[in-house]
Amino acid sequence: MFRRFAFLAAALIGALSIGVGAANAQGVIKIGAAAAKTGPLAGGAAITHWPNIKLWSTEVNARGGLKMKDGTRRKVEIIEYDDRTDPAETIKAVGRLATSDKVDFIIAPYATGLNLAAAPEFAKYGYPQIAMTSITDQTEMLAKRYPGIFFVLGRTTALAQSVADILAKMHKEGKIGNKVAMVNVADDFGIELAVAARPIFKKAGLEIVYDKSYPITTQDLSPIIKGAKAANPDAFVAWSYPPDTIGLTELAKIENLNVKAFYTAVGTAFAFYGQKFGKSVEGNLGAGGIDPDTKELKAYYAEHKKVTGQDADYWASPVTYAGLQVLEQAIEAVGSVDRKAVTAYIKTGTFHTVMGTWKFKNQEIMNYWTVGQWQNGVFYGVASTGMPGAKPVELKAGW
Amino acid sequence: MLFVYSVIPMEILISGLLLSANYALIAMGLTLQYGVARIMNLANGEMLVAGAFGGFWVSTVLHLNPYVALVFVVPGAFVFNWLAYRYLLRPLVRRAKNRGMLEVDSILATFGMSFALVGIMVAAFGGGFFTYSFLAVPFDIFGSTYGLNRVVGGAVAVAICALLYLGLNNTRTGMAVRAVAADPASAGLVAIDVPRMSAFAFSLGGAVTAAGGIMLSTFLTLDASSGVIFTMKALIIVIMGGVGDVRGAILAALILGLAETAVATLIDPGLTLAAAYLLFVLVLLFRPQGIYGRRAA
Repeated sequence: MFRRFAFLAAALIGALSIGVGAANAQGVIKIGAAAAKTGPLAGGAAITHWPNIKLWSTEVNARGGLKMKDGTRRKVEIIEYDDRTDPAETIKAVGRLATSDKVDFIIAPYATGLNLAAAPEFAKYGYPQIAMTSITDQTEMLAKRYPGIFFVLGRTTALAQSVADILAKMHKEGKIGNKVAMVNVADDFGIELAVAARPIFKKAGLEIVYDKSYPITTQDLSPIIKGAKAANPDAFVAWSYPPDTIGLTELAKIENLNVKAFYTAVGTAFAFYGQKFGKSVEGNLGAGGIDPDTKELKAYYAEHKKVTGQDADYWASPVTYAGLQVLEQAIEAVGSVDRKAVTAYIKTGTFHTVMGTWKFKNQEIMNYWTVGQWQNGVFYGVASTGMPGAKPVELKAGW
Repeated sequence: MLFVYSVIPMEILISGLLLSANYALIAMGLTLQYGVARIMNLANGEMLVAGAFGGFWVSTVLHLNPYVALVFVVPGAFVFNWLAYRYLLRPLVRRAKNRGMLEVDSILATFGMSFALVGIMVAAFGGGFFTYSFLAVPFDIFGSTYGLNRVVGGAVAVAICALLYLGLNNTRTGMAVRAVAADPASAGLVAIDVPRMSAFAFSLGGAVTAAGGIMLSTFLTLDASSGVIFTMKALIIVIMGGVGDVRGAILAALILGLAETAVATLIDPGLTLAAAYLLFVLVLLFRPQGIYGRRAA
């Protein structure tokens, strides 16, 4: 019985691979994608990462595919792997995509840690790696080490610096005092930002009156909000992940943490943050932000909703899509799937994306949004490293 | 200063009790499954997440009170767990020569099941976060504020735990379940249908866990992969409390909830996990059979 089953399975796999081979001969460009579908980062990837891959491939194929040198168009086929938010799995999946699936390109994984883990693998097989959702201060060193890696979302210090600038400006204008309650999730992202923020805040003349971390699995965050409230701060800053961003916001509202500036990091830019809390999060600050009023982004948000059935976020979603546009435009400019030529083109070319015109400088985009704020139900960018269209920061007026 | 000292212990006590109630409900299901059916169910947390999806769905799609989901989540989880026990775990129980072998087999089988369940949930509900607002308003107890959703959740947890405790101690079925927990071989000798009681306890455990999921969904943001966090917590509580005794799980949950809240408030929230594991290690060192557990013969 088992033998017969095994035989059938083998026959089936054989038939399928012949099918794939036939499709390939017709000129499909195979693109691999290894990122989290399960595990701790799956929730974020389901909002920011996977829908954009679906949107992009759908749009490219609706146009007939990517334009090649000889004028023909080749459709894209996405091969997806779940890395279970496990760096070892990401590495394995990238290796499998390169050697066994023999894909033409690989879309970079989701989040900083997994991108850094996979970087040697991308380099080994000579694939360009446009890391759409990585934030790190080590971009220069990494770009030197890995000639095919590209950073687009920004640096850690810039994120912390922008928050400090906003609070220091409010303080200088006499709108708020200088006392800040700062908390962070005890995970690489939260720790790195808290460490970066401490000296920056101090230099900006801000006094950190409450400075605590919490484990990523904390079920009751109320002692943190109660503790922060007892320290009587003028501003609250949390280097947080989506579940605790939601939790801290809900508890701050319940406890009526009365600060004029309330900042939570990852997740604040998610559409459901605004939908869940409505008017009460008016004036809340968070990581990211964009200028959603540009023509390109308006079209992007409408299309994202139409194709994927869900709302894109107000930060990394359009940046992720822009990263895919870079890949698309580089392939079309080169006119083939020559990975070396495509990588070289990304380094020097100019790209027209939903985030505006992008030109890499040492494999890094230097203009990006750092802080956004919920204003009238939309998360607008209020601080950036040279992006146009920033809105002025407003004071938070209660919950 | 005097005011501060009088308010803070009260806050710790109430916040801690609310957290303990959550923990007790999370661990109660696993206590039944491990203590009675002898299945160390590592897919327990996935059941909880499935229940939480039920609450989310009722709240966001039907626009009803999420606790309405109890009506279909509890029977649904009961049936699902009964099927899982009957077709996946019973063969393991049958072939196991002793308890140790069953434990190893069931850990491996349910570990696999947890991956399958996560995959099914991602396929069915998507991998994204699910969150909604339910009674996210302040509730005043002795001059301090607490989220009403947490207070209601705590009350629901206490009610379910009390119901279980009374049921186990005052009904014939409850007595049979306790007999199987104490000694499956002897229970069989007094005309207790051990396989049936084990299946019942396993299914009931799954149903209780799913109910706990609904409660957690009213104030936590979860996704399909969150289950493992709760499996871990339940595991610690069950082993601390002593296998097979509901009172042990409740006491362990109480200790853990109060200790974590006290550490978070008085020392540093970053140390809550360390405090929980320290307590766990201490119990294992000085009472390896758990607080209420009996020493193995």
